[in-house]
Amino acid sequence: MKKIFTSSIGKKLVMGFTGVFLISFLIVHCYINALVFLPNGIEKYLAAGHFMGTNFIVRTMEVGLMAGIILHIVQGLMLTVQNRSKRPVAYNVAPGNKSSKWYSRSMGLLGTLILLFLVLHLTHFWMPNRYEQHFGTGHEINLYEKMELVFQNPWIVLVYVLGCISLAWHLIHGFWSAFQTLGLYTPKYAALIKGIGMAFSIIVPLIFIAMPVAFHFGWLPPSSSYVPAH
Amino acid sequence: MEHYNMNLTLKVWRQQNAQVQGSFETYQVKEISSEMSFLEMFDVLNEQLIHEGKEPITFDHDCREGICGACSMHINGQAHGPWAETTTCQLHMRAFKDGDTIVVEPWRAGAFPVIKDLMVDRSSFDRIIQAGGYISVNTGNAQDANNLPIAKDKADESFAAATCIGCGACVASCKNSSAMLFLSAKVSHLALLPQGEAERATRVVNMVDQMDKEGFGSCTNTGACEAECPKGISIMNIRRLNSEYIKAGFTGTLAK
Ligand code: HEM
Ligand code: SF4
Ligand code: FES
Repeated sequence: MKKIFTSSIGKKLVMGFTGVFLISFLIVHCYINALVFLPNGIEKYLAAGHFMGTNFIVRTMEVGLMAGIILHIVQGLMLTVQNRSKRPVAYNVAPGNKSSKWYSRSMGLLGTLILLFLVLHLTHFWMPNRYEQHFGTGHEINLYEKMELVFQNPWIVLVYVLGCISLAWHLIHGFWSAFQTLGLYTPKYAALIKGIGMAFSIIVPLIFIAMPVAFHFGWLPPSSSYVPAH
Repeated sequence: MEHYNMNLTLKVWRQQNAQVQGSFETYQVKEISSEMSFLEMFDVLNEQLIHEGKEPITFDHDCREGICGACSMHINGQAHGPWAETTTCQLHMRAFKDGDTIVVEPWRAGAFPVIKDLMVDRSSFDRIIQAGGYISVNTGNAQDANNLPIAKDKADESFAAATCIGCGACVASCKNSSAMLFLSAKVSHLALLPQGEAERATRVVNMVDQMDKEGFGSCTNTGACEAECPKGISIMNIRRLNSEYIKAGFTGTLAK
């Protein structure tokens, strides 16, 4: 077992495992976001948010998620740098797009863009929320109201849209690539995996984009329209 | 297609040895026939250089029929030039037209240091094979042909993988200088056969180990190798290599 996660293939196994783990997180995150578009969306959304923010099991998994993201980022950036160092003298005429897709060669760059977005995103919602819970009022903040406020700013909406587009390209390569790395991209399932991967990589980021855009243009009911029943 | 002649400008990488820096030299060749192979065009250029009292360009070649894998040249940004599934020796000048400028570089990879000009040292591949790309058998009388039943689909897949000629175009085309397509072909062709079964787990572990020691990069599944491989080796073999490695890892072969 000594080298299973440190050899050239091992490093990719780390990327694959953490990548799939992050994909599973996206499914949950995306599902909860989509709740705001349903009837009684505010109530449904806040209830789901409350569960995610207070349930012991979810909060424990949150630690795992953080570790997974950090591992994915650190390993991803190291891999990018190490792989680049394997060609000390560059080609004068580079192969370019003749033999591979630009986004498959740009996973480090796309990941870095996602990371920049992620930092901003966490400071908008996750950090103030946890701060209030543990060091402030002891209660969660109203994330719906918070979003309404944050997404007034068109520049922030733009950054969110660009972040989600980066995620889409990252996943269009990353989804099937993870299955290939983990040895699961067999001929029998190849077309299915590519198909699901493509659909996932487009639909999920679109749902993410829909939220800040809808808030910005006032397409969602105002938070003041919802009065919690006590 | 009609035969035609062409005049070309060639920008060729010249480098004395691995220790010194190289640079591009520009040459003109005239009246090149569209029916010549790319290497024959280089022969014409070298004759010309010899007549001018200059040193001819060093490049690797042997069979000139697409089976030895020696003729490594990166031509206009593509390993073995613009034709799919074609080695440089099988590339013909009808791929180009009169007045073209053609840039020719050696394979670029830390694990393939330049020996001279366009010739690179690919002994790293040999050492990967030595690490496990074989089966150990006792020699003696040849066995009866049908002693070992092999399913047709397995035999075909194994044979397809075995067509790898070790040319290194996969490494040359990969942004990570990864040798995974080469290695996956070598591992697959034995892993699919009963003869390869005995050393199956140790083979993949030792060969990956050697590949890493030689300084090849990790595979990020860009697929450039498959697109540039003259033998059309599929990246489905890399899937198999990953799976063989995982199995060997979790059944304890890596523990040693
Ligand atoms: C929610 C966010 C993210 C998701 C869902 C995600 C998902 C994935 C997946 C599925 C893979 C493929 C793994 C494989 O090929 O085995 C991958 C690869 C990679 N990711 Fe991410 N990733 C995310 C964020 C990031 C971030 C923030 C970075 C870096 C700053 C990053 C950098 C990379 C790199 C460098 C690779 C390797 C490229 C490759 O092997 O093709 N990713 N990611
Ligand atoms: S896999 Fe293809 S490109 Fe790589 S060494 Fe073998 S024949 Fe050449
Ligand atoms: S010289 Fe042998 S393959 Fe080209």
